[in-house]
Amino acid sequence: MHFPNSTPPGSSGAMNLISALLEQRTGQQIAANRAWRIETALKPLLREKGLASLDQLVAQLVATRTGDLGDQVVDALLNQETSFFRDAAVLDMLVDATRALQAETPERKVRIWSSGCSTGQEPLSLAMLFDEGGMGEGLAAPEIVATDVSPAALTRARAGRYSQFEIQRGLPVRRMMTWFDGAGGDWAAKPELLRRIQFRQQNLTADAPPPGKFDVVLCRNVLLYFSQDVRRQVFGILASALRPGGLLVLGAGETVIGLTDQFKPCDRFRGFYRAIETSPARRSAFG
Amino acid sequence: MKTCLVVDDSKVIRKVARHILETLDFEVREAGDGREALDSCMAATPDVVLLDWNMPVMSGMDFLRALKDSGLPQRPKVVFCTTENGMAYIRAAIEAGADEYVMKPFDRETLESKLQIVGVA
Ligand SMILES: C[S@@+](CC[C@H](N)C(=O)[O-])C[C@H]1O[C@@H](n2cnc3c(N)ncnc32)[C@H](O)[C@@H]1O
Repeated sequence: MHFPNSTPPGSSGAMNLISALLEQRTGQQIAANRAWRIETALKPLLREKGLASLDQLVAQLVATRTGDLGDQVVDALLNQETSFFRDAAVLDMLVDATRALQAETPERKVRIWSSGCSTGQEPLSLAMLFDEGGMGEGLAAPEIVATDVSPAALTRARAGRYSQFEIQRGLPVRRMMTWFDGAGGDWAAKPELLRRIQFRQQNLTADAPPPGKFDVVLCRNVLLYFSQDVRRQVFGILASALRPGGLLVLGAGETVIGLTDQFKPCDRFRGFYRAIETSPARRSAFG
Repeated sequence: MKTCLVVDDSKVIRKVARHILETLDFEVREAGDGREALDSCMAATPDVVLLDWNMPVMSGMDFLRALKDSGLPQRPKVVFCTTENGMAYIRAAIEAGADEYVMKPFDRETLESKLQIVGVA
């Protein structure tokens, strides 16, 4: 990545190399006007490694090549902002859609993929909602697979442990009382909730989707920093993971329009997209 | 414009809360203890009360009970906002009729999100 119109703070060579590393590993681009974030985001890592500058960090990256320093740099640069019940109305609608799907295919579990799940708030919110909607256990309980490119985010998601600030963002207190326990100043999701989610590492720009076809894929607030080309490619991956007629849920302000013809707006659930059916074998309820 | 009554014996906390609430477009009133808060509610019911637990004259819990008995036709939403951060306190507050619970220290996002949850933001 280049900075044609601005001189970023610090050595621009180092900044370019670091943003190139991020883009190569995750598809995420850092806009020139957000280049300042690189230094801010990497400060703790520099301190931890006893490095004085980004140039020294780059020197180490180049010298070691392998090892997990690159992973740590990438992790620190990823925007992992999330919260419980983010865009709550969308999640409520997803529960309705899931119930409709479940009624259509009572003989099997509905399968849901939360891609770019960050530290787990999104899939945990879903699991809570399904439970409240009488879809917490048994065949009616959807299978939830949650993935992220970031090993650090996944480690946190698997632990289900949240700081006081994180737990208070979006999570109604009654749900907190039901599903979390105090854990020395933090809050820990109860094992019976965490158990309902399978966490896996998956890079949307490099890896195959988790195995098996899904009925619903969430990919919210992940595509924001992808280039148009990478978005197109990722829509292909997401489409390949869905059953014909399956649903794609994007973040507020994200769209497939103009980028792919593998999805079209869903009539029944406004704001969701439907994977185009390639064969008329099975008609979905979502018209 | 919605009205929020901030009840806290700490002037500093009231100031911080007021600042955040004003950026969220609330009209803010203040009370230094439960007694003052009750008087304020009787004079004009706010949309929401942000309520500290430990206060010199009337505690948050006592205020909550008094509010229940007050016969006010329209009860404000009550959001506890306190350093009592254990599950036992939280449970007690909710059982006593509080609608939400904010653990101090809090930030703008926390407060905004809790006010949304109770339907006033
Ligand atoms: C801003 S968070 C959004 C989390 C959640 N979906 C939400 O809406 O609250 C974006 C997440 O996407 C992940 N991510 C970024 N690039 C990715 C990629 N290429 N493959 C998989 N996940 C990626 C980041 O690690 C981060 O956790």
